[in-house]
Amino acid sequence: MHASRAGRSAGLDFSVKARVMEATDMRRALTRIGHEIVEHNKGTDDLVLVGIRTRGAPLADRLATTIASFEGADVPSGALDVTLYRDDVALRGPRNLEATTVPGDVDGRIVVLVDDVLYTGRTIRAAFDALLDLGRPRAIRLAVLVDRGHRELPIRADHVGKNLPTSADEAVKVHLEEIDGEDAVLIGEPTR
Amino acid sequence: MIKHLLSMDQLSAEQITEVLDTAEQLRSVTDRPIKKLPTLRGRTVCNLFYEASTRTRISFELAAKRLSADVINFSADSKSAVAKGESFKDTAWTLEAMGVDAIVVRHSSSGAPNQLAGWVQASVLNAGDGAHEHPTQALLDLFSIRQHFKDFEGLRVAIVGDVLHSRVARSNVKGLVTMGAEVTLVGPPTLIPAQATTWGATIAHDLDSVIGEVDICYLLRVQKERQSEQLFPSLREYAALWGLDSRRQALMPRDSLVMHPGPMNRGVEISADVSESPRSIILDQVANGLAVRMSLLYLMLGGTSEFGGEAVEHPNRNRPREKEVV
Repeated sequence: MHASRAGRSAGLDFSVKARVMEATDMRRALTRIGHEIVEHNKGTDDLVLVGIRTRGAPLADRLATTIASFEGADVPSGALDVTLYRDDVALRGPRNLEATTVPGDVDGRIVVLVDDVLYTGRTIRAAFDALLDLGRPRAIRLAVLVDRGHRELPIRADHVGKNLPTSADEAVKVHLEEIDGEDAVLIGEPTR
Repeated sequence: MIKHLLSMDQLSAEQITEVLDTAEQLRSVTDRPIKKLPTLRGRTVCNLFYEASTRTRISFELAAKRLSADVINFSADSKSAVAKGESFKDTAWTLEAMGVDAIVVRHSSSGAPNQLAGWVQASVLNAGDGAHEHPTQALLDLFSIRQHFKDFEGLRVAIVGDVLHSRVARSNVKGLVTMGAEVTLVGPPTLIPAQATTWGATIAHDLDSVIGEVDICYLLRVQKERQSEQLFPSLREYAALWGLDSRRQALMPRDSLVMHPGPMNRGVEISADVSESPRSIILDQVANGLAVRMSLLYLMLGGTSEFGGEAVEHPNRNRPREKEVV
């Protein structure tokens, strides 16, 4: 039922032009981002990692595991479904909802939003609204695996895995082991 | 998703599952301090009720408000233009002219929502029409059942009481059969319609012979005004033969459930202690109605007509009605 509206990063037919990150690159990028988050925060106190569904969620979990491995502290991680907060619900039609599982209370915490690709910034804007309906974090930060430019809103990431200059006609797809069976970042052209 | 929800006939098992899955996610919004979502901002939903209702109307109103839609409540009573003789069609056109996006309609005549859907461009949701259907009740019942049973396949459900006049029974049989449940209709022969065998349900008249082998005992409200039609001898006899009291409940299998669409006649179709027993999920049904109606409004209104449903060229919009052409 949802085949035609599965979204630009997930379901569109796609012809691959280049693979720009492999599993090792991704692991190193996430390790660096993990270190940056802890350094920036001067420790792990009050940190919460919140991944934006779909592919931000496993990335947040991986960051939590990474941070635990070198810092020895458990940072809670969760997932946020922003579908109901998007500004394009009326244009793109309803999409399947997934669970929002934000651990504990976000009041007074430092929330690091995690997503796979930062593009127009509209998803992040929706995530702000979704998060603020759950409570009042002390600060919200943003970590993304790939920043591909073309912002439509004044939003920037605090931690970036890879800056990927693209043209607006290109599509960037992140594949994750947990969802797609492999770790890779692909550039391609959407085919319709 | 569909443009109008008029009957459970319209929904495939896959679509029912989509409605229930979406409701599952929306239910968690009810547990948080800020219970509102911005999703349907700028949309308008009209509750058009030609019949009395507490839970359905309030539940639809709250569902629309939780999704940030504007809500108009219209009851066809002494305060509305219906009292001045305005026809159903004129009321529909008035709402259409004001630009509502969805009309939730309850009417005493079977088929009224279907007629309305032909007149307006808005989505029409049937909130109960005569003895025909009450699809949102069936969907919230399916949702409530799914909270307790993993699979509908082979689930044994007895629907007990006045099936003849019950729109709840019709919608539930269709929904349950679509999902693969085994439905038995139980009641006095005068209250079971002859064509019920074509619905895919079994018919029984003796509740005691069925009660030991059901996963769910779904009791229908006895419409007390039916007694004057001599369809059953007395409320006491009805209660003795088809009412669920603690003696009969003791015959039900372990882990079986008791359901009722409300409002209940305690002491007739259900005894007070059964209605409040741990097996009764009657209050869950009410609570789940909110999530299921939010899910439907989101799936039906959460896109433009080209996405949400088939865009239909509206025959009446912007065209003067014939009588008015001079």
